[in-house]
Amino acid sequence: MTSLAPPRPPAVRAPDIAPRRTPGRRLNRFAPMVPALALLGIFFAGPMLWSVYTAFTNMALTGSSTVDFVGVDNFTRMLHDRSFLHSLQLTLIFVVGSAVIGQNTLGLLVALLLRGRSRTARSVVTGLIIAAWAVPETVAGFCWYAFLYRTGTLNALLGHLGVAQNWLYTAPMLAVIIANVWRGTAFSMLVYSAALSEIPPDVVEAASMDGASGWQRLRHITLPLIRRAIVSNLMLITLQTLAAFGLIFVMTGGGPGTASQTTPLYMYQQSFKFYQLGYGTAMALVLLAVGALFSALYLRLIRLEEA
Amino acid sequence: MRRTFTVTFAAMAAFTLTGAVACSSSGTGSSAKTITVAYQKFGAFIQLDAQMKKVKGEYEKAHSGYTVKLVPIEASENDYYTKLSLMNRSASTAPDVSYEDTFLVNTDIQAGFLAPLDDYLAKWPDWSQFSDSSKTAAKALDGKTYGVPMGTDTRALWYNKDLFAKAGLPVPWQPKTWDDLLAAARTIKAKLPGVTPLNVYSGKGMGEGATMQGFEMLLYGTPNTLYDNAANKWVASSPGFVDSLNFIKTIYGEKLAPNPQDALNPNFGTSLSNDLLPGGKLAINLDGSWLSGTWLAGTGSRPWPEWSTVLGQAAMPTQKGQAPGATSMSGGWVLSVGSHAKNKQAAFDYVSLALNKENALAYDIAASQIAERADVAADMTYLNSNPTLKFFTDLVAVTHFRPAYAAYPHISDAIQVAMESVMTGQMSPQQATVAYVDQVKSAVGADKVTTG
Repeated sequence: MTSLAPPRPPAVRAPDIAPRRTPGRRLNRFAPMVPALALLGIFFAGPMLWSVYTAFTNMALTGSSTVDFVGVDNFTRMLHDRSFLHSLQLTLIFVVGSAVIGQNTLGLLVALLLRGRSRTARSVVTGLIIAAWAVPETVAGFCWYAFLYRTGTLNALLGHLGVAQNWLYTAPMLAVIIANVWRGTAFSMLVYSAALSEIPPDVVEAASMDGASGWQRLRHITLPLIRRAIVSNLMLITLQTLAAFGLIFVMTGGGPGTASQTTPLYMYQQSFKFYQLGYGTAMALVLLAVGALFSALYLRLIRLEEA
Repeated sequence: MRRTFTVTFAAMAAFTLTGAVACSSSGTGSSAKTITVAYQKFGAFIQLDAQMKKVKGEYEKAHSGYTVKLVPIEASENDYYTKLSLMNRSASTAPDVSYEDTFLVNTDIQAGFLAPLDDYLAKWPDWSQFSDSSKTAAKALDGKTYGVPMGTDTRALWYNKDLFAKAGLPVPWQPKTWDDLLAAARTIKAKLPGVTPLNVYSGKGMGEGATMQGFEMLLYGTPNTLYDNAANKWVASSPGFVDSLNFIKTIYGEKLAPNPQDALNPNFGTSLSNDLLPGGKLAINLDGSWLSGTWLAGTGSRPWPEWSTVLGQAAMPTQKGQAPGATSMSGGWVLSVGSHAKNKQAAFDYVSLALNKENALAYDIAASQIAERADVAADMTYLNSNPTLKFFTDLVAVTHFRPAYAAYPHISDAIQVAMESVMTGQMSPQQATVAYVDQVKSAVGADKVTTG
């Protein structure tokens, strides 16, 4: 990348200007960034700080004219809130099932299988998978709803087998997990395709000359070489899936009962249906902590620096 | 990047909503010569929008120099409440006049969003036309009135006379007890395979409809209620509560009711009024007075001219036929003046103009409302506008209102959860009641809960 940068014109670094860096000068250099920083502060840091503050208050959308600081009440309430603990459990199932196992493995598998295939095969397969990713979330959710519902396509196909049922009712978690795998695999596939193309072919060739089997090459050559990509991919898809809302909301609305009510759906319910903004925001903070835990876990499992 | 989204999920969502509201109402604010009016306009519900536009014209003509700024909020019911609350949170966006659901009025009063209207009502001669029960609709715990009612509704049984005749049941039909109702449903199940005998909305998919059209229509026909007004406490467990859940268990367990897989679908209400009832696939339906609106020629979304001859109406009986013999539930909406309004008199003038006899009459007919004004209720144009009107208006005598306290949305949700766990067979009515008691206690505090 750096080699592409044009050589610096010598005139700019005239000896009488360069060595002297007064504070005023330094400020001047930052001046062009001020609007950007201000925007970031207002629209990015502002809401974040506001939400941290809200999490420690009893702020409500309506029903109370004052906002009181309540300390960690929202968090202790969560500990005793069975619906919240249940939602957290479902969120973990959803993240592990659809992101860590589903999207991650399937994405890697597709990327591996596509390696060295003909251009046509590659573009057809990638095109199809990316199409699923490019579809807006609500549209994807509705497609799956139409596919799995009682009078949907799946039952029409299975019609004569006598197993027709509303799959969103009988297996809601499985349904949303499969839908999310379908939608999100493209991302992992793209990350892994890029990583795989960086592997020098001579290393793999040398290994096969030494008699390494396909599995051994994957286990000892390919995977260690793309471990950075694995960590970043896992982190990205985990955080993305932790916050997944639209897909589940459209497909099951969190039901039947609370059978697919993951934490983002429960948060929505508390904030905007029960008007408990403070409690809902506190859950968002907990979700952030869960995301951080996952990230730490990945970094530990696949020690980057050692490579 | 994504992580920050997680952090600020609720915050962002709130901001987005505020933003959306702010956009749709840019420069809402209050000024002495401008009156902003916020109301709902959504899907097929366009009657109020038409009415507000008409009143705006009349008002500006009568009060020269004043401008009425209409802010139609295009959102479904739950989202409308949310957006209106977000507007009200800031004095710079709070509307002067707002369209408020009676069950949220108390919540909004507690939040300090609304202004008391007693001084203005005392000087308004038309106020005497409003019935006593309607005057309580927007009366707060402090005894002051915070809104003028626009119209109300009641709920009862709709039944298909053709199917009843085929099954050998009497027409007209009026069950005296829950057992009569179940007996009719069982007869239909035995005689007419393929017909769903009885629908009672249940579960979270139907939302507030399940609580009000379903559960409360049962509970308020027992000796028990949801709230003890004398003690100011929620009645969490009571024999009537268990019996009502038992009724749900019976109809879903004996397959007298629709398959739960369909009944829990949020779109079930639409398929019911568009397909099941006109198609003769459902014999009895416990539903609202507004149901026929869907089938009216010209204004309905699924015209079905034969509805008035095919469908009959029967009052929902009390559990064992105890006095007064029938029961019903009523909701309704009011027009309120915002507490931030700069010129409250002008805002009230708009409200009183919008709900004078002529305008209330036009609105009640267009939106299939039950009139709250005595002079409208006696008007022949109104009485002839819908053949079911007299029946549903008479139910006002036995009707009940929801306990409209701040915790009600919570309670309603807990009821839907209890219904759903019973209709799917996940819990017995007793178990579901125990779980419900827990929910109520966590929502309102154990000291605010009693047993019936």
